[in-house]
This record gives sequence, C-alpha cells and structure tokens, in this order.
Amino acid sequence: MELAYTQEEEEFRARLRAWLAEVLPTLPSRPDPLDWPARRAYDMDWQRRLHDAGYAGLHWPKDAGGQGATPTQHLIFLEETEAAGAPYVGAGFVGLLHAGPTIAAEGTSRQRARWLPPILRGEEVWCQGFSEPDAGSDLAALRTRAVRDGDTYVVTGSKIWTSHAEVADWCELLVRTDPEAPRHRGISWLALPMDAPGVTVRPLRTLAGSREFAELFLDEVRVPVGNRVGAENDGWRVTMVTLSFERGTAFVGEVVACRRTLRLLARRAQQNGCWDDATVRRRLGRLHAEFSALWRLIQWNVSEAAHGLRQGGTGVPGVGGSVFKLRYSHARQELYETAAAVLGPASLELSQEWALERLSSLSYTIAAGTSQIQRNIVAERILGLPKGR
Amino acid sequence: MDFRLTADQEALRRGMRELLAARFGRQALRAAVDGAEQQQVVDGRLWRELGEAGLFALRAPQSAGGVGLGLPEAVLLFEEAGRALLPGPLVASHLAGGAGLVAGAADGSVVVTALEEEPRPDGGAAPLVEHLAAAGAVLALGEGYGTGAGEGCPVRVLVPGQLVAEPMRSVDPLSPLHRVRGLLPGQPPDDGGGTTGGGGGRLGGVSAEVLRGEAALLTAALQLGSACRTLELAVGYAREREQFGRPIGAFQAVQHLCAEMLVRSETARSVVYAAAVTADDEEISAAKLLADTAAVGNARDCLQVHGGMGFTWEADVHLHLKRAWLRAEQWRTAVAGEERLASALLQPICR
Ligand SMILES: Cc1cc2nc3c(=O)[nH]c(=O)nc-3n(C[C@H](O)[C@H](O)[C@H](O)COP(=O)(O)OP(=O)(O)OC[C@H]3O[C@@H](n4cnc5c(N)ncnc54)[C@H](O)[C@@H]3O)c2cc1C
Repeated sequence: MELAYTQEEEEFRARLRAWLAEVLPTLPSRPDPLDWPARRAYDMDWQRRLHDAGYAGLHWPKDAGGQGATPTQHLIFLEETEAAGAPYVGAGFVGLLHAGPTIAAEGTSRQRARWLPPILRGEEVWCQGFSEPDAGSDLAALRTRAVRDGDTYVVTGSKIWTSHAEVADWCELLVRTDPEAPRHRGISWLALPMDAPGVTVRPLRTLAGSREFAELFLDEVRVPVGNRVGAENDGWRVTMVTLSFERGTAFVGEVVACRRTLRLLARRAQQNGCWDDATVRRRLGRLHAEFSALWRLIQWNVSEAAHGLRQGGTGVPGVGGSVFKLRYSHARQELYETAAAVLGPASLELSQEWALERLSSLSYTIAAGTSQIQRNIVAERILGLPKGR
Repeated sequence: MDFRLTADQEALRRGMRELLAARFGRQALRAAVDGAEQQQVVDGRLWRELGEAGLFALRAPQSAGGVGLGLPEAVLLFEEAGRALLPGPLVASHLAGGAGLVAGAADGSVVVTALEEEPRPDGGAAPLVEHLAAAGAVLALGEGYGTGAGEGCPVRVLVPGQLVAEPMRSVDPLSPLHRVRGLLPGQPPDDGGGTTGGGGGRLGGVSAEVLRGEAALLTAALQLGSACRTLELAVGYAREREQFGRPIGAFQAVQHLCAEMLVRSETARSVVYAAAVTADDEEISAAKLLADTAAVGNARDCLQVHGGMGFTWEADVHLHLKRAWLRAEQWRTAVAGEERLASALLQPICR
C-alpha cells in the first residue's frame, strides 16, 4: 500500500508541469461549444502540441508510436493536465481511446502505419459507429450488413448516437459479415472513411440543445477489405479490447475537475447564504467523501492495471472499471443536482455556470454501457452469479 | 505508487483470518450470542490470544515490546475482525496498547474501553460506553466533538469505577452498553498516568485528536470488513436458494442489489486503505462516512436477499446490521464527518 510516487514519477510530473506552464498561455481562446468545426480545430491543435512535446499516445506501446509510459505516468498526465486547466481530449477521444488502441493491438503493420500517426499528430478524427437503432445495450444485435464484393465490402445500414460524427474523418464501424453465424461470431470491425459515397450524417440534438451525436446512414458504401482490422467475423473480440479502454482511465480528468467544482460550489454556497442550511452543507460534505474515494479507486485500479502489465497483461483496467463507472456516474449527477440546490432558481437559467453540466451529466448513466448493464457485468463477471434473465 | 497490498500485508491479513476462523468461527459467534445475557461477552482467554497475536501492540514500537507496524497493517487486521463480528472494545484496547497508555493493554491482559465525550452537566445526551463491565480501564478522549477544536482536549485514563453509569438494553447482543451520567474524581492509576495528561492534552506523547482520528479509521475498517462479509453472505445465498425453478441470483433484481453492495464495499475499501496510508484527517472522515454507509447498506440488502430467513434471529445478518448501526454512532458519526468534510472544502488547497 504505497501512495507516494517514485522519484522518477515525480520528475515526470515536474517536467510536465513546467511544459504546461509554458504552453497553456499560448493557446488560442476556447471555441464556442456549439461550433463543432471550431472545436475540432482547437482539439487537434492541442493534440499537435502534445505530439511535438512528446506526450502524444503516452499510454500507447512504443511500437505503435506511443510513449510506452506506465499506467501511473498516464494517471499523472491526466491529473496534471486537468489540474492545470489544459484542454480535454475532446474530438480526439475515439481515436486516442478506442480506435487507436484497437488498431495498435489488432492491426497489421500497414494498418498501424496508415492510421496511428495521424491520430497522434492530431490530423485525423475518428468516431465510433457501434450502436444502432435496434442494437444499444444489446450491441451484438447489430444488423448493418457488409457484403463482400471482390476486395471491397458493400455496407448498408444505419448507426445512431455517433458522437461528433459530423467532424470525423474515420469511423470505427461494426458490421455484420455473416448473418448465419451465432450473433457474436458474425461481426467484423471496419475503418470507414466518412467521405465515402453513400455515407450520410444527420446530427441529432441532445437535451442540452447541442449537437453531440448523429445518425449515420450507410447506403451501399464501398469499403476496401484492407480496412478490416482483425479477422473476418472476429470483430466482437476485437471490439472488447476497445470497450475496456473506455471504462479504464477515460474519466480521470473529470474526477479531478469535479473535485475542483465541489470547492467552487462550497464557496458559492458560502456567498449566497446556502451554507447556513445544514442539509446543503452535509450534502457537500458527503460529495467530498465521494470524490475522495473515487480518486483512490482510480489509483487502486491503475495499480492493478500496472501490475497486470508487469505480468505481461494488457495494462487495461478490467471489470474494476465497471465498479468505478457505476459510482462515478451517480456521483457526477449528484454533484450537479447539489449545484442546482445551491443555485436555487438561478439554476433554471441556461447561461448559469453548471446548468449545462447538470443536463449533460444525465448521459453518464447511459453512455458507454448503461448502469443496468454495468450491474449485470458486476453480478455475473465479478460476483459469479448465474446468468441473468 | 503501488496501492496494492504487499506480500507481507497479505500474509498478515491471512494470518488474522485463520486465527479468527479457528478461534471465533461461526459456532463461537453463535455461542457468544446465546450466552450473551448470562455471561461476559468478552472472552478473556481469546483477548489474551489476540494480544499475543499482536493485535493490541501492533503499532507500539519494537523498543517498547510492540510489533512496530503502522496504520495500514492495523486496518487490515481490523477489517478481518469486522468480518468475523469479533466482539469487544477492540479499537480502544488497540489505541491504549499502541500508545502505552494502560499497562496490560498491549498483551491483552487488560481490556480497555473508551469514553468519547464528557458527560454534560447540562443534561445533553449522555454518552455511551461499550463493554464497561469487562473493562479494566477507560480511555477518555475528551470532547471537542465534531468541532475540530480538539487539539487541546485531554487524554485521560480512568478506572471504570469513576464512571457514574447505568446499563441499557443494547440493540447489539454482543455489545453491552452503559449510559454515562457523570464522572467521579479518580485516584491516579498506579502507573502514574494520572487523570489529565500533561501539556496540550497529551499523555505519553499522544494527542487526543490523533487518537480520535485513529479510532474513527479503525472503526471504519471494522465496518468495511462487515460490509464485505454481508456481500459474501448475500451472494452465497443467492447462488443456493431457488425459487421459480432457478437460483434467485439469476433474477436481475437480486443481481443488482448484490452489484451495488460490491460497489459500496470497494469504494469504501479504496478510501479506508488510502486514509490508513495518509493518516490525513479529512480522508479519515471520508473513510468513516463511506464505510458506515457500506456496512449498514450492505447488511440491509443482505437481509433483503435472504427473504424471511433474513428476519430471523438464526441468520447472522441482523448481527452485522446491529453492529454496523452501533459503529456508525461511534467516533465520527455521519453528521460530524459530513460537517468536517464540508468545512474542509472551504480551506485553501496546497498543491
Ligand atoms: C451522450 C452519448 C454518446 C454516445 N456516443 C456513442 C458513440 O459515439 N458511438 C456509439 O456507438 N454509441 C454511442 N452512444 C450510445 C450508447 O452506447 C447507448 O445509448 C447505450 O449503450 C444504451 O443503448 P440504447 O440507447 O439503445 O438503450 P437501450 O439498450 O434500449 O436501453 C434502454 C433501457 O433499458 C435498459 N436495459 C437494456 N437492456 C437491459 C438489460 N439486459 N438488463 C437491464 N436493463 C436493460 C437500459 O439500462 C436502459 O435503461 C452514446 C450515447 C450517449 C447518451
């Protein structure tokens, strides 16, 4: 049980801090959150700076162009960048956290050479085309068809909830290549160029009013067979690599940010008199405990992952990620509910700080596997209860 | 950073689990419950064995005949004690033994209990003391409760006869309680410890505030152990008990109760262990708060999973729930912890 960082880790932190202090004042001003092309440009600019400074793909293996950093160094990176107020990974999310790691793990050397460097340099944006109108939690029910025609697949179907599809260059697409096979064995993973003929993107408006995600219509889109990562019909296994990345360290920066928000919220309560209300104080106090624990849970999971990596494993946090996600998504929602309690009627005004976060926090118990699905995973895979019905 | 347990820590924990399985297994637990009304709950022989195993001298320096280990190791042992529902004033005895406050506490020949708060002449709620009849000494850790202003409060060692106390019917059959109405002026105990510690409320170089924090942390560890145990009981029962032709654990409503139990206990574990490493007072508050919630919440869900069986005296679930309720009222309660954690949000952070 050692929580202190090694000297090496502290040196890494100090170098990073020094670089952040130098670079952050030189960044362009933040884009309008509703302007996706501007957001894309901003996020890619940041990724380019990370790349040039040697921080791109920190946790990716060296032979994939990454830095081969330990999970602990990656944790320090996420903690420090957030604490310094650096930009979030943003439009780079899918490339850096899903598609990239999948290609790194499962792609051929040609595929790695084609797709990984532009992700790391901040030149190409990826989106994730997994969910379909009739395949959400039950992802393996997906029906988008890919029919082989010589050395191309002809893809027809539709995807939904595809985040930032409107500014993506590529889509990691799950398609059905064998409709006769058992559900999990007829799926393949394709890299779909978003500018291919037959791809239509129709943005969807979220309850927060923004255009975070889109519907994707695919009408006889021709995708080269060489864009398939992993063997034909082996896409389900290939995908699972990606999904565990998502629940791993994806929320570290957010937890750091939530802890900061909590302090701001306490100050606000003190200013507007709410602080005199013991129920508000106690709610804030409990949230303080909650986020302290979540931070320690992250360190616990990272320690496990680092150990796994030393033992020759993947370094990807396993089912412990489900425990974390369940607790975190709930805590985040409670944080912004408490913010509304502190703001009172002012929370009804969308331009108020935290009003939009309150709305967007509602997606946390749904996206990346709903809370019910996470509980199923915990019950069956960790606790070993009989398969549910 | 490597948060995982070291091999030595794993071995220590395993040793404690084995000792308790041999000396305080389920049969012994039920025998203690059955005999609780007639006899002492604290078994003097077992107490000395725990002393020999180092439970009370764990953190005393080796130069003073102790084991010389730290809070993380203590937390692991207390987690095991919590799992086994081991009765007795473990926390107070461990504090007294570790700091050399009471002769005989470290080797388990004297049982030490604690008084958290001064009885108030103004008729405020009378503080409770557990296992008073079994105790040879009472560690009084003063007031300053929940205000954070405890720095100067005294550490005193009292003889049980100094307490003007009346027995009450305790909800937990294995934790007899007394309500304390007042204190009689005492004779200084033989070891010269005196009633009031020297400068700044320190006796033997320990501050009451530090001891109070450690008490909260060790109590949290007991709660954590109990929360893990009720999860195990629930999962075990859910696998075995069949209704509608299948194990009830195949029903999602039951699965989700169990999943949330794991989320509670693992979240509490991470902060309890971290607080043991940092000994940070804020983190200790968080640990106690989440461990209390986990112990009470898991015991209640475990009861639900057991159906009618859960409502019986025969099932162990109620013993966990009752002990969890009791520990939640000890040391940093939810109100005290939440208030401290809230005030801490207003303090500037040093990065
Ligand atoms: C903000 C946001 C961004 C997203 N981005 C992407 C993206 O970029 N790419 C992508 O592919 N997808 C994305 N998604 C989709 C997301 O993964 C799905 O919404 C999610 O998996 C749930 O699927 P669904 O919406 O079809 O809900 P459903 O699966 O229809 O679920 C409806 C309700 O039924 C419950 N339920 C379903 N099955 C079970 C079960 N077996 N047991 C118990 N309860 C069950 C669910 O928990 C939920 O409460 C995004 C979603 C959101 C909200």
